[in-house]
Amino acid sequence: MDSDDDFNSSQMSDEDIMGDQDSDVSVEDGLPPAQSMDQDDVGFESQDKDIMPSKHAFDVDFTVYSPQQIQAYQDKQIEDVSSILGQPPEATAILLRHLRWNKERLIDQYMEKTEDILESAGLGETAQTHPPRLEKVAGFVCDICCEDDANQDTFAMKCEHRFCVDCYKQYLSTKIKDEGEAARIRCPGDGCNRVVDSKSLDLLVGEDIKDRYQVLLTRTYVDDKENLRWCPAPNCIYALQCGVKDKDLLQIVPTVHCECGHDFCFGCSLNDHQPAPCALVKKWLKKCEDDSETANWISANTKECPKCNSTIEKNGGCNHMTCRKCRNEFCWMCMGVWSEHGTSWYNCNRFEEKSGTEARDAQAKSRQSLERYLHYYNRYANHEQSAKLDKDIYLKTEKKMTALQTTTGMSWIEVQFLDAASQALQQCRQTLKWTYAFAYYLARNNATEIFEDNQKDLEMAVENLSEMFEKPIDQLQGLKVEMLDKTAYCTKRRIILLDDTAENLKSGNWEFNVSLS
Amino acid sequence: MFASKRLGKELSKLQQNLPPGITLVEAENFSEWTMDIRVVDENPLYAGEIYRLKFSFSTSYPIEPPEVVFTQDDAHPIPWHPHIYSNGIICLDLLDRQGWSPVHNVESICISLQSMLTSNTKKERPPGDEDFVRYNKQRPRDISFVFHDNQV
Ligand SMILES: [Zn+2]
Ligand SMILES: [Zn+2]
Ligand SMILES: [Zn+2]
Ligand SMILES: [Zn+2]
Ligand SMILES: [Zn+2]
Ligand SMILES: [Zn+2]
Repeated sequence: MDSDDDFNSSQMSDEDIMGDQDSDVSVEDGLPPAQSMDQDDVGFESQDKDIMPSKHAFDVDFTVYSPQQIQAYQDKQIEDVSSILGQPPEATAILLRHLRWNKERLIDQYMEKTEDILESAGLGETAQTHPPRLEKVAGFVCDICCEDDANQDTFAMKCEHRFCVDCYKQYLSTKIKDEGEAARIRCPGDGCNRVVDSKSLDLLVGEDIKDRYQVLLTRTYVDDKENLRWCPAPNCIYALQCGVKDKDLLQIVPTVHCECGHDFCFGCSLNDHQPAPCALVKKWLKKCEDDSETANWISANTKECPKCNSTIEKNGGCNHMTCRKCRNEFCWMCMGVWSEHGTSWYNCNRFEEKSGTEARDAQAKSRQSLERYLHYYNRYANHEQSAKLDKDIYLKTEKKMTALQTTTGMSWIEVQFLDAASQALQQCRQTLKWTYAFAYYLARNNATEIFEDNQKDLEMAVENLSEMFEKPIDQLQGLKVEMLDKTAYCTKRRIILLDDTAENLKSGNWEFNVSLS
Repeated sequence: MFASKRLGKELSKLQQNLPPGITLVEAENFSEWTMDIRVVDENPLYAGEIYRLKFSFSTSYPIEPPEVVFTQDDAHPIPWHPHIYSNGIICLDLLDRQGWSPVHNVESICISLQSMLTSNTKKERPPGDEDFVRYNKQRPRDISFVFHDNQV
């Protein structure tokens, strides 16, 4: 494997990512700037720092944070603002959440119209002079449970909407546990906008709900900040910070790599979809959903050999098919002759527009537009499918290799190349998949030809590597050097493609046949 | 437990007295009730008609709002209203989690719906009614309505 292993996010160590924990960057505005990753000489590329080339056009700066770090920054910010406003931390927290953590706006508004902002945040008047407490009230009837027992504890916030403690508890636990609300839970009273503060909450609910409440509050902090996002991987606890704004998403596709190994788009939280910009991805997924019936036949795992018509089942990721019966070698995607693939005149990836008389009437036009869509969808869906099959076959191979190790005494490191190859395949197919969605919306201009050549080159590199996984196990060890070469070549082709598309996206050289906004 | 205690109290009150135009049809259990309402004031849109409402309660009622829909049969049409879909689903902020308060009850919901009809002058369905009725598979509580005007 050469120096281009920057895709391999799952190999990061803890220290690499969390290394800026002890850095002395200012926390005045919450989290330190994302560039600190570079300044501090840590980050996901640090292993190969000495031989790493400089940043690629498609890379963005980002930092990964643990929930504890997020909590600490949040607490620090509350403390700072609390001392500026002269409000207790609980009230300051409500105010900050009310203004979605915009500190400057809060301070401005507070200085200008203190009462107004307190009122609108649900803190009206001087809440601190009346700490919340439980009371027994003679003649009280709870409007929620209709209970009139004079001995029951009741609670009301400053708004004086009084309910029995049991109902208040039930209300808060439903909001927190079932509905996942925290920062903006309002008084149960009809039409009352008063927000339940954490002091009142402490008085009313048990430890388990308090814990959940804290977790949710931390979540809203991240949700409210434009430069922070939770990693969308199931059960992942990390949040990522990135400076890319919504308005930048037409010029950049910000793929970030979480500590947990998940690569996702900071713009839309979907799985890494470089090189296609978020807006195209959204359109494409919508289109695929709308046209799912038309495209359904494609996902089939069996096809007929174009030469002898015998049924062929695809059980590996590789698209280079050989018919068992007639030995015909063909391409699973276009069903064309394999030997012509990779040559300069053959274009499996490009959709050839039919010219001239054929597409004149409306019916022919609509057929052509369907064919065009199916061409791209076919390849998009196929790479998705092939990635799964590649993975299956790798897992099977790995299992067999492990078994082989114990019998032959081969050391573990000698099969690491398979893992590297498998990861490269997954990542390249993910990229290839999205190049087809990207190409579907691309209008021809002088930049598209280079793109299609890059796409073709990456595709061939990927199929060549994928094919090696189908070799018999006992041959694999002997193919190590070749496999390492092919892995490195795939990764290199991917970087070339992504660099070119990112560069052109940044400088606005792509023309799309749809409006991106 | 929580819901049944409160519903029991509501029921005994409903059985004693009800505001004009509201009738209790069926309340056999604490998960589903049927109520009838009619518009008491003069309104040609709703003259002479009686509308049937189905209330479904979760165990967290009244912390959570009940699910309330108009149901149709030979004697009970779905009332015309720009916030009532032709399948009986009602777009009313009171019945949405955000607009609901546990202080409300079956009676107050019926009264709100009565007044919503009383003040209406448009023999209309919500925009997109046809598509909504055809494609919507969600339960009313899971639909996020946009409450553009609460005056109607
Ligand atoms: Zn109560
Ligand atoms: Zn209140
Ligand atoms: Zn993660
Ligand atoms: Zn995106
Ligand atoms: Zn054949
Ligand atoms: Zn082909």
